[in-house]
Amino acid sequence: MEADAAKFIGAGIACIGMGGAGIGVGHIFGNYLAGSLRNPSAASAQFTNALIGAALAEGLGIFSLVVALLLLFT
Amino acid sequence: MANDPLHQFQIKPIIDLFNVGGMDFSFTNSSLFMVAAAGTVSAILFAASRSASLVPSRIQSIGELWYEFVANMVRQVMGSEGMKFFPFVFTVFSFVLMSNLLGMFPYFFTVTSHVVVTAALAVFIIAMVVVVGLAKHGLHFFKLFVPSGVPIAILPFISLIEVISFLSRPVSLALRLFGNMMAGHIVLKVFTGFVVSLGALGIGGIIGALFPLAMGVALTGFEFLVAFLQAFVFAILTCVYLNDALHPGH
Repeated sequence: MEADAAKFIGAGIACIGMGGAGIGVGHIFGNYLAGSLRNPSAASAQFTNALIGAALAEGLGIFSLVVALLLLFT
Repeated sequence: MANDPLHQFQIKPIIDLFNVGGMDFSFTNSSLFMVAAAGTVSAILFAASRSASLVPSRIQSIGELWYEFVANMVRQVMGSEGMKFFPFVFTVFSFVLMSNLLGMFPYFFTVTSHVVVTAALAVFIIAMVVVVGLAKHGLHFFKLFVPSGVPIAILPFISLIEVISFLSRPVSLALRLFGNMMAGHIVLKVFTGFVVSLGALGIGGIIGALFPLAMGVALTGFEFLVAFLQAFVFAILTCVYLNDALHPGH
């Protein structure tokens, strides 16, 4: 029973990592918006790069979700 | 439990086929929706190209938009020589997009919310990157791990980091799509589950249930965005990784 409780606590702690991914994705899009307001003509060319960066940052947050799921269901 | 958020991910065999060495080859609801996704894409594109005219009809415009979207993406990332990978990238993009979108219908199964499907796609893509890179550049492909212009003292560490980052690509490619789709569908089910459990409390609960209902509607719209965005990200990362195979020097 205590091992189960520790598992749930661990899963909850693992999900903190997703907050970091949120910060990262927000940082990328915030900076993209700031840059595109300074130079709107170059904005559309860089939107793909912003998406790639956001996807890479988000992927690391998904890792912590997977760790949480592994703790819960294995 | 009536509204178990994980119930939607259960794989049920529809037609029992054969068993080989403990592996079940049944035709499941997952297989059904893979066939449905491939069939829908084929049907739309067939209808789009059936009566091609100079002034496109509505369905033809959709097909052209779709083609141009992926073609521009491939050209932008890999250059015009990357267009020989266009059929592959288009297939991957269309399959993932249609699986994600079909999964948004109520009671439909989301193929891409299972890590085994996305991992199979990701491992195939990375294996293709390695094979194409070795076939095209031979051992020069390993220049991918040795960036030029790096001081010799820190080169071993940089190489180690590059190798690790290359090895983590299939993992992150698979888990990103899987995690986004699965987490999104769980969140939808959890919020709409609040509506059911609050509505059972009487008149006060029904008024309170309006808030999770509004949240559910908003999240459904957001999930459509995520469904498209993840298919796009999956396809463009495929392009980026294939570009490494075509041009391994940094």
